[in-house]
Amino acid sequence: MKPIQLHAPSRTYHHANLTGYVIGFGLSILLTLMSFGAVMTGLLPHGLATACIVALCIAQLVVQLVFFLHLGSAPGQRSNTGIFACTALLIAIIVAGSLWVTHNANANMMPTHMSVQRAISKD
Amino acid sequence: MAASTLSVVAHGGHHDDSGPRTTLGFWIYLMSDCLIFCVLFATFGVLMDATAGGPSGRQLFELPFVLGETALLLASSFTFGLGMLAMQAGHPGRVIAWLAATLALGAGFIGMEIHEFAKLVQEGSGPGTSAFLSSYFGLVGTHGLHVLCGLLWIAVMMHQTWRFGLDAVVRRRLACLSLFWHFLDLVWICVFTFVYLREFA
Repeated sequence: MKPIQLHAPSRTYHHANLTGYVIGFGLSILLTLMSFGAVMTGLLPHGLATACIVALCIAQLVVQLVFFLHLGSAPGQRSNTGIFACTALLIAIIVAGSLWVTHNANANMMPTHMSVQRAISKD
Repeated sequence: MAASTLSVVAHGGHHDDSGPRTTLGFWIYLMSDCLIFCVLFATFGVLMDATAGGPSGRQLFELPFVLGETALLLASSFTFGLGMLAMQAGHPGRVIAWLAATLALGAGFIGMEIHEFAKLVQEGSGPGTSAFLSSYFGLVGTHGLHVLCGLLWIAVMMHQTWRFGLDAVVRRRLACLSLFWHFLDLVWICVFTFVYLREFA
């Protein structure tokens, strides 16, 4: 149709290449197997296993953001990266805030099975 | 300007610079979608111990099954990436082939998820059993619905690639679909970590 447009996308869209996808895919498989392995083998104690899978989750998110979604500091991707950083901040506030508030409410409110006397004597 | 904006509706009529702006706009949509998932995750985080005497995730989930689902979705992300490379190289036939592979893998994922949900409901652990299961079905079901919409979109793009070839509009739509599909994989990473693995950690 319009010959110019056939060449435009290579400039406007991200410069993806096979190496990037293969590296991203390999790292993702490795990180996924490590997370499942950390839990399914049962070698790690409870607290350590949780910390381990959370760290592996964040690592895999970064890997996929960089290699599959092509986030980075290149001029064409800066706006995407900035918007993503802003969203990540919102996510942190919403998730951490909800968990914190609810945990406080749970810890500070009298459970229904507790008698009034017991609650008073405890305080 | 107005006339050219209107002509965007007609296939092929658009300006050159509409690509990056469209993908930026689509990225902003994805981030708002991300906030939906964020709220669902927060809800799940709050309610995950509220089993109301019903079964806990540890009794319900099977990790090898979840690993299978993860493998399908991850592989589909990779095949989609290869499809995008074929698009850059300008091979419509290969794009359609890779999209078909992605469609098959994604359909496999959805099939497994439907099987899992049906099994849970059959065992009497439906979304009405406890707050934990309500939030579980809400979160994982929303992700599943997104994947289902993605599958529909992939089918549509296969047809458009076949019908129109790799013109600028099809390329732009494929670029948006690529962002959407990889984004769903990101959400799934959080799902398998915080919903499934955490139960057994």
